[in-house]
Amino acid sequence: MKVMCAMSGGVDSSVAALLLKRAGHDVVGVTMKLWGGDSDTGCCSISDVDDARRVAQQLGIDHLVFNFGDDFDEHVVAPYVEAHANGLTPNPCIECNRSVKFARLAERAELLGFDAVATGHHARIEKSPDGHYALVRGADDAKDQSYVLHMLDQAQLARTMFPVGGIQKSEVRELASEIGLRTADKPDSQDVCFITSTAGRTTFLGERISFRPGRVVDTDGVHVGDVESVEMVTVGQRKGLGIPGGGPKRYVVDVDIQSQVVTIGHEDKLLRPSMTVESVTWVDESVSGRVLVQCSAHGVPRAATIELSGADEQIVDVQWDDPQRRIAPGQSVVFYDLADRSVLGGGIGR
Amino acid sequence: MPYLTGNYANPSGSHRFARRTRQAIDEARDQVAAIVGCRPNEVVFTGCGTESDNTAISGAVTRRGGIPVCSEVEHPAVLEVVEHLGGRVVAVDEAGSIDLEQLAAVLDAEDNVAIVSVMAVNNEVGTVTDLAEVGKVVRRHAPGALLHTDAVQAVCWLDLRNVTPEVDLLSLSAHKFGGPKGVGVLIERGSPQIDPLIIGGGQERERRSGTQNTAGIVATAVALELTDNERDTEAVRLGELRDQLVARLQSEIEGVVETVAPDRKVAGSAHVCITGVESEALLYLLDEAGLCASAASACASGAMEPSHVLAAMGVDRSVALGALRLTLGYTTSAADIDRAVEVIAPAVRMLRR
Repeated sequence: MKVMCAMSGGVDSSVAALLLKRAGHDVVGVTMKLWGGDSDTGCCSISDVDDARRVAQQLGIDHLVFNFGDDFDEHVVAPYVEAHANGLTPNPCIECNRSVKFARLAERAELLGFDAVATGHHARIEKSPDGHYALVRGADDAKDQSYVLHMLDQAQLARTMFPVGGIQKSEVRELASEIGLRTADKPDSQDVCFITSTAGRTTFLGERISFRPGRVVDTDGVHVGDVESVEMVTVGQRKGLGIPGGGPKRYVVDVDIQSQVVTIGHEDKLLRPSMTVESVTWVDESVSGRVLVQCSAHGVPRAATIELSGADEQIVDVQWDDPQRRIAPGQSVVFYDLADRSVLGGGIGR
Repeated sequence: MPYLTGNYANPSGSHRFARRTRQAIDEARDQVAAIVGCRPNEVVFTGCGTESDNTAISGAVTRRGGIPVCSEVEHPAVLEVVEHLGGRVVAVDEAGSIDLEQLAAVLDAEDNVAIVSVMAVNNEVGTVTDLAEVGKVVRRHAPGALLHTDAVQAVCWLDLRNVTPEVDLLSLSAHKFGGPKGVGVLIERGSPQIDPLIIGGGQERERRSGTQNTAGIVATAVALELTDNERDTEAVRLGELRDQLVARLQSEIEGVVETVAPDRKVAGSAHVCITGVESEALLYLLDEAGLCASAASACASGAMEPSHVLAAMGVDRSVALGALRLTLGYTTSAADIDRAVEVIAPAVRMLRR
């Protein structure tokens, strides 16, 4: 097959390209130039592109750089900023997968005559005898990235490959090391790629939205402190609320962005019997009934019963088996089967 | 390759082997001067065209104070330096040539302009700028300023003997006329009027320190001489091929716009914008088919950046995304034109499906 392998300059996508080449595919490596500003974590720095190109040279495959900066600004950075301005906690990596990697890049690959797009994600795609595709957790539990891939549908899965999803991260590094790839011991990327560790999220957002101060009150409405920017407060947060230490732990249980009020309370005030998930997409057919629900990239999946609400299968009501902590609105919520193996679908929690 | 193998002496030495190397450089300097139209002691060999541009602009500002001024469509080797030094950038007309009225206005508004830099031929779209006209404006509105031209793209198309007298400083890059990569030339006319960028052992009459790249300099002079001998006949031949190429692309593909009219640009430039395709995708298909072209210019990562030249000319961004830079040179034949059309037309159809 003719496969376009997205290469960030990290070890996973380096080895993904290696494995595709070894499997006999006709592979072209592509690095996406997404972010023009400062970056020190994920992809897009000049030295990351250098790493990807050098790995491609060592593997004997062509390497291209595509500039999708406009798409990234429009579909990832701008919505990220807007969500924060509205008091939400978005996951930009998921929006990048949804709108850039598995949309813009995949469309270009198809246009240029490629059969599939591959990435270095730790997840697996399994095809059943009846032709349906399952999106399965990566073989390495600690590195599984199926959560950030939940938006993939049957048509996309049919044209997608995750070559390292079936092996452990340690094996990925060994394979890279064996043939002397310069990315073999490169650290994993951790944070949002367009936010530098030196400047941080607050600086990034502060340059793009005007922060407003917030009053911190307890659940009885008593004024207990103040925060500089209500936009930077997240449900579940415990520190940085301008209230003295000591005493029982108190958490942010609600943020009212309009009236600039942050409500704090004891942990039990965070617990909810249910929640609503919007903008839901399904890997295959929509699902109702007993499932496991995961609310962050490496969160613990919890048992719940889900039910479609509304006509278009995009809104789902989640009834937890046991009350769970309220999530920060805007976070992605992903449904897994009861075996905790396959992704069923997911959306944005409210 | 006598100066890479046998004759390896440092040209600054005083022994006989050094003198032989030194003579080779001095002969190359004579050859370059004769073709560029200046005196041999006005020729400075540098490491690349970018170094020549940087030296001219930084060196003028360091020596004379004040600010640099350039046009919006300059190569980054000029534009980035001017912006870095807090200079002024002047708008261009729809063909990409500096707007002389705006240049006059900027020069009138600024009381201390060290240097004005205007390229002779634009590297992306091929537009020729009349430096005699620019020179008149500079002398009238900023009599104390130097005039520099980045003539890196001009050598194959213009007789530099007609360009050099109009300017104080002129940059060349050897690999743009068949010479080796890694050699540049800076013509500094008259007595030294700028500071050197690279300081040290005082080579190149203290205008550019560093041991000379002897083999590269000798090869540069040879390449320049060959280019000069062929230039006029090649310009006619390639101008005809360029017109055929554009006409055939326009007849076989809808929505092909020639970016700059032929009478405003050099013979080897066939820059077009193709609506409804993205250059990045088109270039991949052309490369697969063995046709090497470019779109705008690549940034440090290798990604295509939207062209600052087309933006300055007022070309709509959506049109500029379909830019295709085809360049003809001395190896280009009529068969190559046929082949180019045979490759480009189906590639565009594939991307528009």
